[in-house]
Amino acid sequence: MATQDQSLSAGAGLPAPAEARPEAIKAIPVRHWGRWISAVVVIYLVVALMYSFIKSPNVDWATVGNFLFKPLVLHGVLLTIELTFVCMVVGAIGGTVLAVMRLSDNPVLSTIAWAYIWFFRGTPVYVQIILWGNIGVLWTRFYAGLPFTGLALGSTSSGHLVNNLFVVAVLALGLNEAAYAAELVRAGIISVDAGQTEAASSLGMSPTLIMRRIVLPQAMRVIIPTMGNETISMLKTTSLLAVLGGGVELFGRLQIVYSQTFQVIPLLVVACIWYLAITTVLTIGQVYLERYFGKGFGQKEAEAAEKRAGRRAARAHG
Amino acid sequence: MADDATQIATQAVPELAVGEPMVKAEQVWKSFGKLDVLKGIDFEVMPQQTYVLLGPSGGGKSTLLRCINHLEKINAGKLWVAGELMGYRQRGDVLHEMKSRDVARQRSTIGMVFQRFNLFPHMTAIQNVMESPIRVQHVPHKVADKEAEDLLRRVGLGEKLDTYPAQLSGGQQQRVAIARALAMKPKLMLFDEPTSALDPELVGEVLDVMKQLARDGMTMVVVTHEIGFAKEVADGVALMDGGVIVEKGPPQEVLVNPKEDRTKLFLSKVLA
Repeated sequence: MATQDQSLSAGAGLPAPAEARPEAIKAIPVRHWGRWISAVVVIYLVVALMYSFIKSPNVDWATVGNFLFKPLVLHGVLLTIELTFVCMVVGAIGGTVLAVMRLSDNPVLSTIAWAYIWFFRGTPVYVQIILWGNIGVLWTRFYAGLPFTGLALGSTSSGHLVNNLFVVAVLALGLNEAAYAAELVRAGIISVDAGQTEAASSLGMSPTLIMRRIVLPQAMRVIIPTMGNETISMLKTTSLLAVLGGGVELFGRLQIVYSQTFQVIPLLVVACIWYLAITTVLTIGQVYLERYFGKGFGQKEAEAAEKRAGRRAARAHG
Repeated sequence: MADDATQIATQAVPELAVGEPMVKAEQVWKSFGKLDVLKGIDFEVMPQQTYVLLGPSGGGKSTLLRCINHLEKINAGKLWVAGELMGYRQRGDVLHEMKSRDVARQRSTIGMVFQRFNLFPHMTAIQNVMESPIRVQHVPHKVADKEAEDLLRRVGLGEKLDTYPAQLSGGQQQRVAIARALAMKPKLMLFDEPTSALDPELVGEVLDVMKQLARDGMTMVVVTHEIGFAKEVADGVALMDGGVIVEKGPPQEVLVNPKEDRTKLFLSKVLA
């Protein structure tokens, strides 16, 4: 059956006569002895490593199981996911704006974007987190008004900001992410064929419209896989926020616990299990996103187009 | 409206005075860096005429076409389309560069078809055709959908409305591109080697659509190597080489009894 189907699709409705097909080659395949031997060695070593880890009295699996679903930990997981999501949204929107600014003909916009990216990529994110955590020391009050004129519509103590560690976290990681995302979005925009912009301008579209409707949707196809990577990376970077104390995310909370109970290894195992679990889910989600933004580029589109054509026909008759 | 079914495009009636050209170029110069690509081009295309630009590659034909809708800025001279100076506004003796919004408005009345089709790959055929009328001219979605469907039927693609460009042959893609340009109801159509990227067996279907357009009275400027097309439908022909127009005139003269040696040489090579 399988061979028949293949010949049908390959010959486009002209199946080769059955008697003309010669017998398939029968030969003894090459034996890859090296692969077999190396596989045995690797499996042996991995089993040994796993055994020593699982059987280690220092891991204390009872404690791991105990903590894995504790409300304290689950809430931490939730906070980590929330932070990752919010920071990536801030980063993606900021990054897109920065990328468009960077590519703009306007030298002021392009220089501002350049300087922003220069600063945020040029300093370690760990330092930036601590800097935002201490921003209240640098500026004690925030004013809304015209600088140097003494005109102020209002002001607020910076303590309001700094006391909300979630806001500090989003500022630190979101603004940092925007700088990295900007470069990814810029690469995506540049990857879109210049002919697309020309065709769109010849149809009378304005530069903004071309960017929004023609270039960015196509750039997405290049950007999405890399942004998926960034999201996974962001998930893990949130653990750096532990330095702020206050337990705004999973690792910070576990750290606070094990610094008191000294169950260091079991709680680190708990952290690893949760990070791995979320990363796995994110990886699967990325596959679906890529499929969505690959619109018009894959074989699947033929099916989707057929469905749409069917609906159109149904509308016309109904 | 009896022949509406056979007519491909419904175009905006040109608001031109009698005898005024649709395209007029006066001493147009264009250079890329130190390289002069156009060196003083003069030519006119009257409404409803089909004008064919011939010549060897690198002779400046495509550049001239791109200057007409201001995809390239000219360095000297003047270029009018439908009586409007392209890309500039003249106040007294002073030229003011137009804002991109105004350039876009000018371009929206000039259709352009590219050698590499440049369809939007993330949109289906009908979405490609509808996009600009909806976004630029603010045509209601339903009306645009209907008009796009009609246009695609007229270029013979009634069965391919919901197909993405990647699933279309080159000839089909180019016909979608023509429909997309026509959807803006242009006064003028520019064709930049529309059949050069096609398999030989697909050239005919695109040329047929273009011939029909010419017969319908669309004003067209066509850069092509298809001498047969020029002979059949062109009202005027110009041979360009080295950034200048070597010879221009009706096709019966330029293509059958050329005066210039350069034209004779080119034709002997193309027709060989």
